[in-house]
Amino acid sequence: MAIFINENTSILIQGFTGRIGTFHAQEMIDYGSNVVGGVTPGKGGSTHLGRPVFNTVKGAVQETGAEASIVFVPPPFAADAIMEAADAGIRYCVCITDGIPAQDMIRVKRYMRRYKKEQRMILTGPNCAGTISPGKAMLGIMPGHIYMPGRVGIVGRSGTLGYEAAAQLKELGIGVSTSVGIGGDPINGSSHRDILEHFENDPDTDAILMIGEIGGPQEAEAGMWAKENMKKPVVAYIAGLSAPKGRRMGHAGAIVSAFGESAAEKVEILKGCGVSIAPTPSEMGATIAKVLQARKAA
Amino acid sequence: MDIHEYQAKELLSRFGVAVPRGGLAYSPEQAVYRANEIGGSKWAVKAQIHSGARGKAGGIKLCRTDNDIEEAAESLLGKRLVTVQTGPTGKLVSRLYIEEATDIDKEIYLSFVMDRAAERIVVVASAAGGMDIEEISHSRPDTLIKVQVDPAVGMQGFQAREVAFGLGIEPELISKMERTILGAYRAFRDLDATMVEINPLVITKQKNVVALDAKMSFDENALFRRPHIAELRDKSQEDPRETYASDRGLAYVGLEGDIGCIVNGAGLAMATLDMIKLAGGDPANFLDIGGGASPERVTKSFKAVLRDKNVKAILVNVFAGINRCDWVAKGVVDAVKELEIKMPIVVRLAGTNVEEGRRIIDTSGLTVISAESLADAAAKAVAAAKSAA
Repeated sequence: MAIFINENTSILIQGFTGRIGTFHAQEMIDYGSNVVGGVTPGKGGSTHLGRPVFNTVKGAVQETGAEASIVFVPPPFAADAIMEAADAGIRYCVCITDGIPAQDMIRVKRYMRRYKKEQRMILTGPNCAGTISPGKAMLGIMPGHIYMPGRVGIVGRSGTLGYEAAAQLKELGIGVSTSVGIGGDPINGSSHRDILEHFENDPDTDAILMIGEIGGPQEAEAGMWAKENMKKPVVAYIAGLSAPKGRRMGHAGAIVSAFGESAAEKVEILKGCGVSIAPTPSEMGATIAKVLQARKAA
Repeated sequence: MDIHEYQAKELLSRFGVAVPRGGLAYSPEQAVYRANEIGGSKWAVKAQIHSGARGKAGGIKLCRTDNDIEEAAESLLGKRLVTVQTGPTGKLVSRLYIEEATDIDKEIYLSFVMDRAAERIVVVASAAGGMDIEEISHSRPDTLIKVQVDPAVGMQGFQAREVAFGLGIEPELISKMERTILGAYRAFRDLDATMVEINPLVITKQKNVVALDAKMSFDENALFRRPHIAELRDKSQEDPRETYASDRGLAYVGLEGDIGCIVNGAGLAMATLDMIKLAGGDPANFLDIGGGASPERVTKSFKAVLRDKNVKAILVNVFAGINRCDWVAKGVVDAVKELEIKMPIVVRLAGTNVEEGRRIIDTSGLTVISAESLADAAAKAVAAAKSAA
């Protein structure tokens, strides 16, 4: 099963013919993702990487029946591209673009609320590495080979720290059902909590690794939700234990500006919610292994 | 991006927020001239630095004579002002804002922030103005008023009035208050701010509503469409290490320790700093070179890290995905040769082609130490920095 994407999911590339879009589209095709075409306004009717190019997402969906899309559109136009996908009936959209103005994302979120929950597109990102269901499909920019297929779900803000986690798991012989990047921006499409809910409902996921960081309320909110609603174990690592208050650590959203947003405070809150904490970033894999062992023994 | 008080006031006044008359001065002589130009009998001489809590730090002086103004200006200009927000090195005062003194009847706290839980702009107000927001939240939480703005239609008049009445403003001042709140909101929205704080917003004895202090921060991701805001950047208020790096497209945050860090990805960079701390060391900086880690960016990163004279060892941690480790390793080796770096460098590579990458590092003939894992890298970097100290 996995969540969001599998080998059958038909995928569109938004910003298909650009340099970055082209490169990563080819990587996704090579991984086995079912890329059915792409969108670049003004280049409709042509062919790129052996797939049709469309002027609009709506046109592409009508022709190909695409269910998912990935956005490589530059920051000034990315919010527009996401809303276009939502309007065209795309079910799941990943936005890779880093640098979208926060107020544009506020508008995107508000726009998406016009659709009933059942019909609303799921967005992950922006400013993320994308989503991969190992062995099935990749909708992102990650190195696919570091993920082993398996039954642990990963959700995280950071790209490379997520790779680190996947590599640690692989080293221990533990595979991944789906890994979802929710991105480093302050306003993002899906929260940690949203993704935990999908993993809780996924029969092919046994445990979840949540990789959070300083800033914002999402890790604490996810912890509270897990405590009330989840049967599957959750392991968390929160990056930024040594980050000074009020400084932005690379990600637009990685800044401690209110109570409860530092790594130490988040760790305390999560512990209180029954989440197992990986004490260091080099023990994310080992902590998952321990939790899986305990589950097996129980 | 932060701006100065006088810049924030000028921007806000364009949106209908009343501010006291004032003028900018770069010298004591100019300060006196500005005061005479403004007129009146009492002025505030205000140090312009990117920090709050300037008053408590002695950065705002009330003056009644030309002599007072000259002395105040003399004592502030060219000095570094240390506030609770600036850190121990303080910030350089190179401009003063001279402002007519205001007869204060009542002080109000008013701010606009991007609320990450609500994913909306939120207005925060309190009748306990003058105190900072942490203080108010702690000692007078009962006075806090919060109103969320629907992004589809923007802030409405009734919402501004709700805030104004909630503050206990007398009825004849409600329309002035409404204009002020709506104006500050429009400034936030139209200029892509991330924060507008007017503290205090005062009701004067003459029954006017005036912004006595003002702070604004802006979304750096939106500066491409706000060129007039981008121009307000004052590099003298930044850590010079950070200015150097940000001018070269690197995300860098200067810290106090002695281990320079070069990492790809913000999350992995934060995790690397955590690992160094846990291993008993102190990182000198946060640096994210971006997902790519091309040889040019690696060289640029070394240059940025080496500008910090406290650095005794450097830790490079790259998780190479699309870019293979051998390519990254070659970039590191070339940069170390080109820059003739003598201090210990610990390199930890992971991901695609890692064996080849390590071989390049180990056979380079340089004093570069390769590390297997994140924990191993941190331990080696800490040991190297300690023995170099």
